[in-house]
Amino acid sequence: MLDLTKPIVTERNALRINPAKTCQPIGAMYAALGIHSCMPHSHGSQGCCSYHRSHLTRHFKEPVAATTSSFTEGASVFGGMANLQQALVNIFSIYNPEVVAVHTTCLSEVIGDDIPTIIKKSIEEKKIPDGKIVIHANTPSFVGSNVTGYANMCSGIVNYLAEKTDESTDSINIFPGWLDPSDMRELKRLANELGVKFSICPDTSDVLDLPQTGVYQMYPQGGTPVAEIRRMGDAVKTLALGEFTAYPPAQKLLDKCGVPFEKLDAPIGLVNTDNFIDALRRIAEVEVPATIDAERGRLLDVISDIGQYFHNVPVAIFGDPDMVVGMTRFAIELGLRPKYVFTGSPGRAFENRVNEILDGKYPDALVKQNADLFELHERIKLDPVKLILGNTYGKYISRAENIPLVRFGFPILDRVGHRMFPTVGYRGAMHMVQKLSDSLLDHQDRNCPEEWFELVQ
Amino acid sequence: MSSKPIPAESIGTIEGVTPEQLREKMLEGLPSKTLRKRSKQVLTNDPDSPPEIGANSRTIPGIMTQRGCTYAGCRGVVIGPIYDILHITHGPIGCGYYSWQTRRNLARPVPGQPNYLQYCMSTDMQEDHIVFGGEKRLAEAIREAYALFKPKAISVYSTCPVGLIGDDIHTVCRLAKEELGINVFGFSCEGYKGVSQSAGHHIANNGVFKHMIGQDNTPVEEAPFKINILGEYNIGGDAWEIDTLLRKCGISVLATLSGNVSYDEIAKCHQADVNVVMCHRSINYMAEMMEVKFGIPWFKVNFIGAESTAKSLRKIAKFFDNKELEARVEEVIAAEMAAVRPIQTEIKAKHQGKKAALFVGGSRAHHYQDLFSDIGMVTVSAGYEFAHRDDYEGRDVLPTIKVDADSRNIEELHVDPDPERFRPRLSPEAKAKLIASGFTFSDYRGMMSEMKKRALVIDDISHYELEKLIEIWKPDIIGSGIKDKYIVEKMGVPCKQLHSYDYGGPYAAFTGAINFYKEVDRMLSSKVWSYVVPPWVKDRKPAQTQEPALEAAVA
Repeated sequence: MLDLTKPIVTERNALRINPAKTCQPIGAMYAALGIHSCMPHSHGSQGCCSYHRSHLTRHFKEPVAATTSSFTEGASVFGGMANLQQALVNIFSIYNPEVVAVHTTCLSEVIGDDIPTIIKKSIEEKKIPDGKIVIHANTPSFVGSNVTGYANMCSGIVNYLAEKTDESTDSINIFPGWLDPSDMRELKRLANELGVKFSICPDTSDVLDLPQTGVYQMYPQGGTPVAEIRRMGDAVKTLALGEFTAYPPAQKLLDKCGVPFEKLDAPIGLVNTDNFIDALRRIAEVEVPATIDAERGRLLDVISDIGQYFHNVPVAIFGDPDMVVGMTRFAIELGLRPKYVFTGSPGRAFENRVNEILDGKYPDALVKQNADLFELHERIKLDPVKLILGNTYGKYISRAENIPLVRFGFPILDRVGHRMFPTVGYRGAMHMVQKLSDSLLDHQDRNCPEEWFELVQ
Repeated sequence: MSSKPIPAESIGTIEGVTPEQLREKMLEGLPSKTLRKRSKQVLTNDPDSPPEIGANSRTIPGIMTQRGCTYAGCRGVVIGPIYDILHITHGPIGCGYYSWQTRRNLARPVPGQPNYLQYCMSTDMQEDHIVFGGEKRLAEAIREAYALFKPKAISVYSTCPVGLIGDDIHTVCRLAKEELGINVFGFSCEGYKGVSQSAGHHIANNGVFKHMIGQDNTPVEEAPFKINILGEYNIGGDAWEIDTLLRKCGISVLATLSGNVSYDEIAKCHQADVNVVMCHRSINYMAEMMEVKFGIPWFKVNFIGAESTAKSLRKIAKFFDNKELEARVEEVIAAEMAAVRPIQTEIKAKHQGKKAALFVGGSRAHHYQDLFSDIGMVTVSAGYEFAHRDDYEGRDVLPTIKVDADSRNIEELHVDPDPERFRPRLSPEAKAKLIASGFTFSDYRGMMSEMKKRALVIDDISHYELEKLIEIWKPDIIGSGIKDKYIVEKMGVPCKQLHSYDYGGPYAAFTGAINFYKEVDRMLSSKVWSYVVPPWVKDRKPAQTQEPALEAAVA
């Protein structure tokens, strides 16, 4: 397994090996699925759409509907307007969504297709039926990463749909950032428990975690309805749960409709969830119910029960930046010792935020943006860790070095738990504590000398 | 799920609906331009005189297609599985990332040989490289890759923006080859070329032929019957199963293009006696070019399905015209079939007459019909994702296929006989004798001639058509890919991925056939579908209905 990786850190300027990121459009596609009755549309050659649908499907094990402009060489030379217009006619006649959310690709970006102009022309030429909506986001694959694409589509949603009227809604907006449907469901449960009025966008719960009913619905009941998104411009405040995937649409909404926002880290672990709950409480001026105190207490209790096994265990954490930032704080709460904190996505903000969280207390920790898994492996070979926290791609290093991997984030292509159980909130944290301790103790049980094999732990 | 037996020769009505009526339903309400196009791609079959199908035409924008792109066909399918060369994708990160380990290119390297398949390499182009050109970055990436891994060859793949900004990857590769002293070559397989992954197969064939085939004349180990298997990708270990079987018969495989294969095996494989072709669509170019250049004849085989495997083994034995080999092949078939038959009979008794529909690839939608037929199941509808007319109607139609602008963009290599290495493997007399006895060379009769009359043939099936098929004809099982799988299963029908095998397999050869029968039996016997409706729904008053979907399912 990865036999050619050596315990030496090589300098590379041009060659990416085993990336810890992918390109923008998949993020845009995922975000668009969180609008009710929305068809994501990939404006480029059909391979992009096929790759993104396949990848999202493998992660969610759910149908992922999306269409493509199917560029051929001609479109690449003459521009993709005809393709997009034909696509819109077909999409509305055959699949009949309320919204089509167009994102670009490197191909259409290099050609320079002007999507707003094409949309305008399509409306004028009646290629978009009355009452139907087409929005767009520019998502060039050669800028940023998958998280940038997610944020850009979220900003596109705000840009096209959010409106300010004179009537305030007393509601709080939540931009959840790139989370799983189970996480979005959990955030809604917590907000409902507090009894606050809120809108969450996008919302992929009840879209990508559907029950087996024997009936397929292309547009299931989930997703944030357009009417609700429109009213987000009248909210009292926005909570943006993550620098990379939630802050940009919050800023957009402030610019467009004047809704102020607070930026929080993804609510992973105790303190991050406290911050989320407390922000909702302060803004909505409500009391936190005792049920939440109890939930929090149960999390704390399990941490104190099992914490001895986490103490000072060196850990590598990698994945998308907002998730890694949240997970790093949680790792510290558990007593783990962050040693490598990597994201493949570019952005100094990641390093700055993680270093703030580490607060100088982990001098041997290496925090790196724009990094890849080849380098992570080289470093682990040089100076090992006892636990890896990351997505499915970590399984190769895990096997090569016999280090347990606990999966979180995107993508998880080979396990199912993330579909049902959240990572966020107190419950998500309890779930993670279970996964982490199971993993460490299973590893110990398999590998420890027989005389140290314990019945009770 | 209803399972009335299907008539032996012709599909009549299924669930009270004829194939023609179902076709009408699928096309109903399409915008006129789309209707014109799809009408040529959705046909009722006539095995005796296959109708002309509008295959390998442009995908209609906005239609939810199964198809991927040229890059996927080239890097992902044909070259990707070569385990001991470095594959560098030149472009933004996505294309390299998505083609990393997703296609189950299983490899068991020869001891001491490296396995690079676990490494995904990309130039990860940024905006600067798009604006100012990416050639320097590519050259540097190749140098860095060489310094790290010292591979025997490096292969480079262009993605969409590379073609548009005009990076000359071939010059970069040529200069790198001179500088590093190893083979370095590139593929201009930008995603937008051609209408599907098929264009990528052709581009890959050309490149492998130019840069790898015949590069090493070191004699291969002496053996009486030496073949190459073309168009076999070792998904789920299929190639290993086929290798094992052929070895039992005394037949040596020099190279499998491309599955579990090394650079050296490909470089030497021009020394084979014959090429046998599994997936005609993806590799027929190579078979043709190797015949012209080296004199290696080719013919079609199919190791998917027990009966087909037996037939293919006999065909290979017949080609070599060797009594001993023929006898050994018969012994092997007899021994293998003794293991296959009891299981086949048992599973056939349970599922005889059930309906399958297969929409996948450029050969699998055809090959897998044989496996279903082994257990008495009927393929009522099938279609390829990216095949051409010859894969449907047979190679006889080749001269009548119009070359459109999209196909013209893909280079047709001009190949001449190699002055030193061209060697006809058969004397004209021997070849004539074989042909007279009914043996066919350079042959593929296509899918349609082997399907039932009036079966529905659907090229590049769209999501909408698939839904209609399931709603109306209620197939018992669908064979398709990852993008369709959960749509089909949400509708209560089991769906077998025939690209990835749902991470199972092998399904090739006799042992593989047994695996497949058991897998189909598992899927058709699963209790999951019977639990869809909760016990209390029947007592629920309509006014209290929470889940209309559940009510519909009960009805």
